[in-house]
Amino acid sequence: MLVAIIDYGSGNLRSVAKAFGRAANERGVPANIEITNEVRRVRVADRIVLPGVGAYADCRRGLDGVSGMVEALEEIVLKAGKPFLGICVGMQLLSTRGLEKEPTQGLDWIKGDVIRMNPMHEQLKVPQIGWNTLELAESAADHTLFKGIPTGPEGLHAYFLHSYHFNCTDKKNCLATANYGGKITAVVSKNNVFGTQFHPEKSQRLGIEFLANFLEWKP
Amino acid sequence: MTMKARLIPCLDVKGGRIVKGINFVDLIDAGDPVKVAQDYDVAGADELCFLDITASSEDRDTIFDVVAKTAECCFVPLTVGGGIRTVNDVRKLLLAGADKVSINTAAVQNPDLIAEAANKFGDQCIVVAIDAKQNEKREQGSSWEVCTHGGRMATGLDVIDFVQKVVTLGAGEILLTSIDRDGTKTGYNIELVRTVADSVRVPVIASGGVGTLDHLVEGIRDGHATAVLAASIFHFDRYKISEAKQYMAKAGIPMRLDGCGDTG
Repeated sequence: MLVAIIDYGSGNLRSVAKAFGRAANERGVPANIEITNEVRRVRVADRIVLPGVGAYADCRRGLDGVSGMVEALEEIVLKAGKPFLGICVGMQLLSTRGLEKEPTQGLDWIKGDVIRMNPMHEQLKVPQIGWNTLELAESAADHTLFKGIPTGPEGLHAYFLHSYHFNCTDKKNCLATANYGGKITAVVSKNNVFGTQFHPEKSQRLGIEFLANFLEWKP
Repeated sequence: MTMKARLIPCLDVKGGRIVKGINFVDLIDAGDPVKVAQDYDVAGADELCFLDITASSEDRDTIFDVVAKTAECCFVPLTVGGGIRTVNDVRKLLLAGADKVSINTAAVQNPDLIAEAANKFGDQCIVVAIDAKQNEKREQGSSWEVCTHGGRMATGLDVIDFVQKVVTLGAGEILLTSIDRDGTKTGYNIELVRTVADSVRVPVIASGGVGTLDHLVEGIRDGHATAVLAASIFHFDRYKISEAKQYMAKAGIPMRLDGCGDTG
């Protein structure tokens, strides 16, 4: 299995690749994990990962800067249905629009805006920096991606590092939330497209299990 | 509404080696930051912090190597500070595997760097490290002054004013060190931490002075910090990370305990 991690100038690629390596190893999935900015490699991949550390607008520019990548992704993910995972800003870019710093058009694969968090409790800080548990939507209870991962208030924690979150127009696309002075979107999904606001590559046990599930996922 | 408090062990790194607290232990093993980071990761640290105190520019590249190697084996967030002067320094550290970078002297000398880096990489990964020193002679503002160079150089800047300024520029987190308490093991300067934490919306990490596990509790409970940083109490296994987190949880602080003893 070829796992293509798209390199578009965003940070943290090495951590993502290593976490996938660990996940594949633990689950016994033969996987070739490749960091690449080449459209031809992404086209032949079995799993496609779009990581992201940065401001929304800057990441969008970075992705557009890789010639032919957006077009290729639309073809192989939206049309051909290859399993896709966006992480943090890589997930936010799936939206219609991002409102961080400067309003920016997203890929518009999942409808909604990426808006600034405004937790109701004034003791809660923005950005959210730290560990939170996940609350699954009813429709997500049996989803392969969460298999074997304890969720809910007593469940495992995921690492969040963000000031903005994805406000899905169709709530069905929000598969999991975290409670941070109100619900914030933790996971989005539509068909073969998946995205996490949290960083699985920095979320220790929860993250490794989640990535392993993604490798085994057959949407 | 719950936010788990974070416990962050910090390692001072020089020329690719840990420099603090190596006098009792075998120099080679204890001095490898990657190995110690791995131990802290397994023990359930909520984040790790590397502070690069390398003086000479020719040795400065060693930190990138340390960060890259750590990111390859630790699946826990990593903040790296020390000597960051330009947006390119920030980028290089993020590409090496850091999740956040901590800007100290350059935040005083060139505050525009904060805005520039935040616009590029987002506020959430820009930490401004502020060294605060008590100065009762100050006539205006608070009694704390911003210092650089480990407290040796006073800037005349008021800590509270400066914190608000850097947050406006785009700092996503404040790492606040009391220079007066640093190394004393007498506890955080709670009044300082609370005054700063209550004056800004971004998270504040308390630093400087930890000697006991109660000090960690005080930093969160009384200082209103969202994270506590400590270095020496974790050296030579004087306290274990998991022990400290369980102690804080017992004292009523919401903590993430699922990493304690976990091998992930």
